[in-house]
Amino acid sequence: MTNNGMPQDLPIPARSLKSTNAHSRRRLRAEKCFRALGVSAMVTALLFLLLLVMSIVSNGLPAFKRTIMSVDFVLSQEQFEEAEAALLKTGVYSDFFTQSLVETIQALDIPIEVDQGTINRLLGKVGSILREHYRSNTDQLGQAVTFEIPMASRVDRYYKGTLSREGISSNNRFIRASDLDLADTLREAGLIRQTFNWQFLTGVDSSVDNPGGAGIGASVLGSFFMMLVVLVLSLPIGVAASIYLEEFAAKNWLTDFIEVNISNLAAVPSIVFGILGLAVFIQFMHLPQSAPLVGGLVLTLMTLPTIIISTRASLKAVPPSIRDAALAVGASKMQAVFHHVLPLAMPGILTGTIIGLAQALGETAPLLLIGMVGFVARYPDTILAGFEGPNSAIPAQIFNWASRSDAIFAEKAWGGIIILLLFLMSMNIVAVLLRRRFERRW
Amino acid sequence: MLNIKIAALMLAAIGFASTGAAARDNIQIAGSSTVLPYASIVAEIFGDNFDFPTPVVESGGSSAGLKRFCEGIGENTIDIANASRAIREKEIKACADNGVTDIVEVRIGYDGIVFASQLDGPAFNAFTPSDIFNALAPKVMVNGELTENPHPKWSDFNNELPDTEILVFIPGTKHGTREVFEEKVIASGCQATGALDAMIAAGMSEDDAENACLEVRTDGRSVDIDGDYTETLARIDANPNGIGVFGLAFYENNTDRLKVATMSGTSPTTETIASGIYPVSRPLFFYIKKAHIGVIPGLQEFVDFFVSDQIAGPTGPLAQYGLVSDPALADTQATVAAGKIMGSGS
Repeated sequence: MTNNGMPQDLPIPARSLKSTNAHSRRRLRAEKCFRALGVSAMVTALLFLLLLVMSIVSNGLPAFKRTIMSVDFVLSQEQFEEAEAALLKTGVYSDFFTQSLVETIQALDIPIEVDQGTINRLLGKVGSILREHYRSNTDQLGQAVTFEIPMASRVDRYYKGTLSREGISSNNRFIRASDLDLADTLREAGLIRQTFNWQFLTGVDSSVDNPGGAGIGASVLGSFFMMLVVLVLSLPIGVAASIYLEEFAAKNWLTDFIEVNISNLAAVPSIVFGILGLAVFIQFMHLPQSAPLVGGLVLTLMTLPTIIISTRASLKAVPPSIRDAALAVGASKMQAVFHHVLPLAMPGILTGTIIGLAQALGETAPLLLIGMVGFVARYPDTILAGFEGPNSAIPAQIFNWASRSDAIFAEKAWGGIIILLLFLMSMNIVAVLLRRRFERRW
Repeated sequence: MLNIKIAALMLAAIGFASTGAAARDNIQIAGSSTVLPYASIVAEIFGDNFDFPTPVVESGGSSAGLKRFCEGIGENTIDIANASRAIREKEIKACADNGVTDIVEVRIGYDGIVFASQLDGPAFNAFTPSDIFNALAPKVMVNGELTENPHPKWSDFNNELPDTEILVFIPGTKHGTREVFEEKVIASGCQATGALDAMIAAGMSEDDAENACLEVRTDGRSVDIDGDYTETLARIDANPNGIGVFGLAFYENNTDRLKVATMSGTSPTTETIASGIYPVSRPLFFYIKKAHIGVIPGLQEFVDFFVSDQIAGPTGPLAQYGLVSDPALADTQATVAAGKIMGSGS
C-alpha cells in the first residue's frame, strides 16, 4: 500500500509519510480517540437537546388545545338588569346560566342527576364571559346566543389524558367521577368538544381558579415592549461606547479601568440589576412599578456589557489595513470608522446584540424586584401604556404559572416555554437576515 | 447614519414618555405567596365586576411585601401588602419612619397547614406534634433523657406510624409558613415530649430553650424547601416515603397525587380548621395604606369587595378555593368600611 500507482522511475523515499511505525501509529491512535471523543460529545449534546425539545413539546402542546362546551343561552332584559344591580354581577350571570343549562340537560333525558353544583364543577368561569358579551351587545338580550364556555381544568385534563378517573378521590371538592360520566354523555351528544386554544395565545393571565381563561398574549406584548426598549437603548449606547473605547480613546489607566469594570459587569448576577433598578428607576426617578419601560431599562443595564464586549471584539477583528487605507486616501478618523470599519464589524455587532437580547428575554430575576412577576391581567390600551402600564413578561408569566397549585397551569407553563422559544427563534432569524444584508452591502 | 438618527429619535420619545408618566389607575398589591392566589381571585373578579382596571398582585413573601409597603406614601409605592402573619412592631416602626402611619389591618380568613405524602406511599394516620418533633429535632427525649436524635424511622418512636425512613420536606426559613409550623407543631411537640423542661433543667434559660426547640436535625432527614409548594410536590413525587408541608388549598387541588395525614386524630378540612379542632392553622391578612384611599381609584371599593360575604364568606370563591373563612367576617367588614386604623383602640 506504500507506493501503489506511483511511477516506477521516481526515486523511492527512504520512508514514506504514509508508511506507519510504532510512533506514527500511536499518534494516529490518539487522533482517532480524540475524534471518537468529539463525536460522542456531540452525540451526547444532541441527545440532551432532543430530550429537552421533546419534553417541552410533549408537555407544552396540550396547552394549545382546550375543551369547550357550546351552549345556547337566552338572557332576558329583566335578568340583565337584575345582574347589573348586584354586587357580584358575574355571580348572578353565572347563576342564570347554570340554571338554564341544568334545564337543557334535564330535557336531554340523560339518566344522570344534574344540579347546579354539577355544572359548577364541570364548567370553568362563565360570569365574566357573559357579562362582557351582553354589556357590549345589549341588542341580543332576549335572543338565543351560542356561547363557547371552557370546561373546568379537571375535565380538560381528563380529556387530555393527564387525569385518570382512578385519581379522583371521594373527598375531591373539584370533581366527582359521576361528573365525568355526564361529561362523556354530553361529549357524545356533541355539546363538548376540543378546539384550538386561541385564548392561550391572545388572552391575559387569569386567576388561580380560572385556568380556562389564562393566556400568554399580554405578557408576549410586555416582553416585546421591553425588548424594544432594550434594543433602542443598548444598541446605540453600546456601539457608541465601544467605538469610542476601541477607536478614539487614548490607552491609559482610565480606559483600562473602564474595560475591567465592563468585563466585571457582564458577570454580575442579574438580580443585582433588579435591586439597582428598584432603587434608581422606581424609588429615585419615580417611574411606575410593573412597567415594561422600567423592565427594559433594567435589562438594558444588564445587556450593555455583553454588547460592548462583543462589539469591541468585532471592531478589533477588522484588519488595520482597512483603517490605514481609508486614512491614506484622506478620510477623517470618523469617516474611516463609519464608512469602512463599522460596516465590516456589523455582522459581529448584530450577533452580539442578539445574544444579549436573547439573554435579556429569558431573564426573570431582575423583574421580580420591579414588580413584573405577579398577577397582571390586562392589555395595555395605548402604545404609551404598553411602555408604562403594568405588564408581565413571558418568563415571568411562566414562573408564575409553574408555581400554581392546579396542575393544569404546569401545562400552560410548558406551553409558555414553547412561545418563548418561538419568540427567540424569530429574533435569531431576524438577526441572520440582517447579517446577510449587511454582509452583501460591503 | 439614518439608523442612528432613528435611534436617537426613539430614545428621545422614550425619554419624553417617561417624564410624562400618567397617574396610576390600578391598585398595586404585593406580599405573601400564600395570600397571592386569593388576592388574584379577588382581583380578577373585581376587574370583571367593576369599571376599574384589574389590580396588579405580586408575590415575593410576607416580609418582602411589608418592606415595600413601608417604603413610603405615593403612587410608586404599593397600596396593599398581603401577609400570612401579623405585622411586627419592628415593621410598624419602619413604616412610621417613612411616613406610613395609618394602616388598616384586614384579616381575610384562615389557612390550614397540612402534612401530605404520596398517594401510593405509606399512610400517616397517627400524627401528633410530638411525633413531628421526635422526627425532626436534633435532640429528643429517649427514656427520659435528652439525647442526640437516634431515630431513623417513624416507627422507632410511635409504632402506629409506618416502618419507613423519616424524610420531611418543610418550608424554608424565608416562608411565613415556617413560622407557623415551628410555633404550632415543633414548639408544642417540644413541650409535650418534655424536651423543653429537660433543656431548662439542664441549665438553659427559658428563651434559649424555646429557641433550641425550634432547631431541626441536619443529617438530611429534614429538608428545607425554599421554593413554593410545587417544589415540595415534585420532591414528594420523587420520594415515596417523603412527607411534606403544604397549605390546605394546595393539597385540595392535588388530591389526585397527595394523601393527607391526620394531626392529633383530625383530618384537615375547612370545617375542622374553622372550628379550631385541627390544630395547625393561621390567619391571613392584608394591610392597606389609608393615605392611598381616595387617591388610587377603586381602592376602597376593592377592599370592601374583598371582605364582602359573596367573596370571603363561607360559600364565596375564596372558600371554594380552600380559604377557611373567618367566622368574625362581619367585624372585619365594619373595620374596612370605617377605615379603622391599627392601634386606634379595639
